Amino acid sequence: MIRILRQILRTGIVTGKTPQVDDPNIKTRGINLEDTVKKCFRRSLTVREVDAGSCNGCELEIHAINNPVYDCERLGIHFTASPRFADVLLVTGPVSTNMEIALRRTYDATPAPKIVIAVGDCACNGGIFGETYASLGGIDKVIPVNVYIPGCPPTPPDILNGFYKIFL
Amino acid sequence: MKRLETALKAVFGDDIKPDGHREPVTFTVPVAMFAEAARTLKESYAFLCAEWTTDDTNSGRGYGIYACFRHSNEYLIVKSELSADSPEFPSLVKYFVPAYRFERQIRSLMGVTPVGHPDDRPWIKFEDWPEDAWPLRKSFDASKRMVRSDGEYAWLRAEGEGVYEIPVGPVHAGIIEPGHFRFQAVGETIVNLEERLGYVHKGIEKRFEAMTWEEAVRLAGRVSGDTTVAHSLAYCMALESMTHCHVPVRAQWLRALFLERERIANHLGDIGAICNDAAFAFMLYQCSRLKEAMLATNHRLFGHRFMMDKVIPGGVTVDIDLTAKIEMLSELDFLDRDFHRLVRIYEESSSLEDRVRGTGILTSELARELCTVGVVARASGLNVDCRVHNPFPPYDSIGVDSPVLVAGDVHARVWVRVVEIRASMSIMRTILAKIPVGPIAVECGAVSPDTTGFAAVEGWRGEIIYWLQCGQKGEINRCMVRDPSSVNWLALEQAIKGNIVPDFPICNKSFNQSYSGHDL
Repeated sequence: MIRILRQILRTGIVTGKTPQVDDPNIKTRGINLEDTVKKCFRRSLTVREVDAGSCNGCELEIHAINNPVYDCERLGIHFTASPRFADVLLVTGPVSTNMEIALRRTYDATPAPKIVIAVGDCACNGGIFGETYASLGGIDKVIPVNVYIPGCPPTPPDILNGFYKIFL
Repeated sequence: MKRLETALKAVFGDDIKPDGHREPVTFTVPVAMFAEAARTLKESYAFLCAEWTTDDTNSGRGYGIYACFRHSNEYLIVKSELSADSPEFPSLVKYFVPAYRFERQIRSLMGVTPVGHPDDRPWIKFEDWPEDAWPLRKSFDASKRMVRSDGEYAWLRAEGEGVYEIPVGPVHAGIIEPGHFRFQAVGETIVNLEERLGYVHKGIEKRFEAMTWEEAVRLAGRVSGDTTVAHSLAYCMALESMTHCHVPVRAQWLRALFLERERIANHLGDIGAICNDAAFAFMLYQCSRLKEAMLATNHRLFGHRFMMDKVIPGGVTVDIDLTAKIEMLSELDFLDRDFHRLVRIYEESSSLEDRVRGTGILTSELARELCTVGVVARASGLNVDCRVHNPFPPYDSIGVDSPVLVAGDVHARVWVRVVEIRASMSIMRTILAKIPVGPIAVECGAVSPDTTGFAAVEGWRGEIIYWLQCGQKGEINRCMVRDPSSVNWLALEQAIKGNIVPDFPICNKSFNQSYSGHDL
């Protein structure tokens, strides 16, 4: 036990600054993610991640926004196990033919406001997998999308930045 | 002398002939003898690595069925030609268990029948696809959406007093890929687990056929995003074996450096996640902090956190200079020190030990029967590692300390990762100290029609195999991808038997197989 405590003390706080906004639209309006989450969602923006067919690269980066360095929980963003508790669906991948029904059902199970964020190039437009017998292309071919976060995969700051765009 | 080759020649004599100068040696056998050949190889202690089919109707032939076998450092391919009208071959399931999934996939995607296969349910292909939709056939138009039809998947059912069923997935509770697991349980004890995969099937193998050789490396890097370096490397090496391209030595050393960085980062993530599933969140945050440090360094030095698209046919796209070397060395010191502290904490936490020891045991016998590879195999007493058995420079000269444990439980799979992280750090130090100077890429050259290429690379999960076939016009006729997950998923079903349902997440994490790499 003493080793654990020592290691925790030695590590200290590794969390970096809140990522800077790169979108001029958001900058001019002076939106602050932390304040907005606090105000609009009562300090808790609950996210359900859905892999609709990704190569799992985007999943790694979504994991990373939860790590001690990016620590999205300090902004009030946290992940939930069920779509029934979710405000936001974070969807990756091109939608594979075999995941289409599961994605629709997840969307139906999500209560309003049903904000959908498409993460990654494939989620935005099908990416390298395109539109074939097995891939339907971007997420918006199946469910409505509010925010697009391109990148292959988008970096953790990119993803956190994407959350700002919900409030535009 | 090569053991498998000798064994085949001893039994079949002149009936079989090695095919040209292909590497690895490829024997063509009459289709009636296909299973017989497999039996002979099984008796010589061979493992089945992969089984796949090709559609050669564009070249005026029928279909081809291939099976790749391995025994220590020897790879061997057995091939048979099948008629275009009624393509069928004798099933290998009787001799090799992994053929069970390979052959279901062959029937589902290529419409070639394995005669004597005990299970005629589709695999990857879902019940709502039309019966005659075989996407890997050349006559199939891949650009059209799949028409939905009716159908139901026949699950295995356990019966009896107190037996109940738990369906899980495809959308799981955590941030992971989709797949369906169906447990048959009595009380808390799992009687049977049946996996249903294929949800992330994106038609990758078919997609390859529509790409040029140069473009396709990007796709290979996205077969399984967490293994992007190893996959693109395996593709490149298979392609280079076809064009007889000699990759500069410095490029090869850099490739090994990327490969080891990928291994350390992913193993760190796994160790943290396994401990987290035993409610030891401290380890998850500590390990993900170390992993994040590595990814951030990748981003600074190589321009991408996972080093995607850094390996290309003929070499690599980024070089390292003195500052990069110094930065990586000081990072290694930091990693070494912190990792050592974490491992001591892992070893001393008895409550954690209680969860990981004796949980999810995969016995050595099963690991061998199932032809498992990588971390899973090495935790169950199998000494298989491509870096040792099938090395490319610098692995042939610097040596690899590849751990083999026999317990086969969750702890063994954690411990293999711990030892591998240490070994990879020492490999990285050697590479940084001794990397030769020179160019980092050369022209890969053109591919001649009707040739094949093969490569096996040890990714962090295990052995990745690519087999490429060039068509008559110099195009990609077939790209066979065998991710380690294609065989190791079967092992999870076996390892979980008799465990309790709440231990499934920790067992699953300790395997951590790729869904995308399996479903393709």
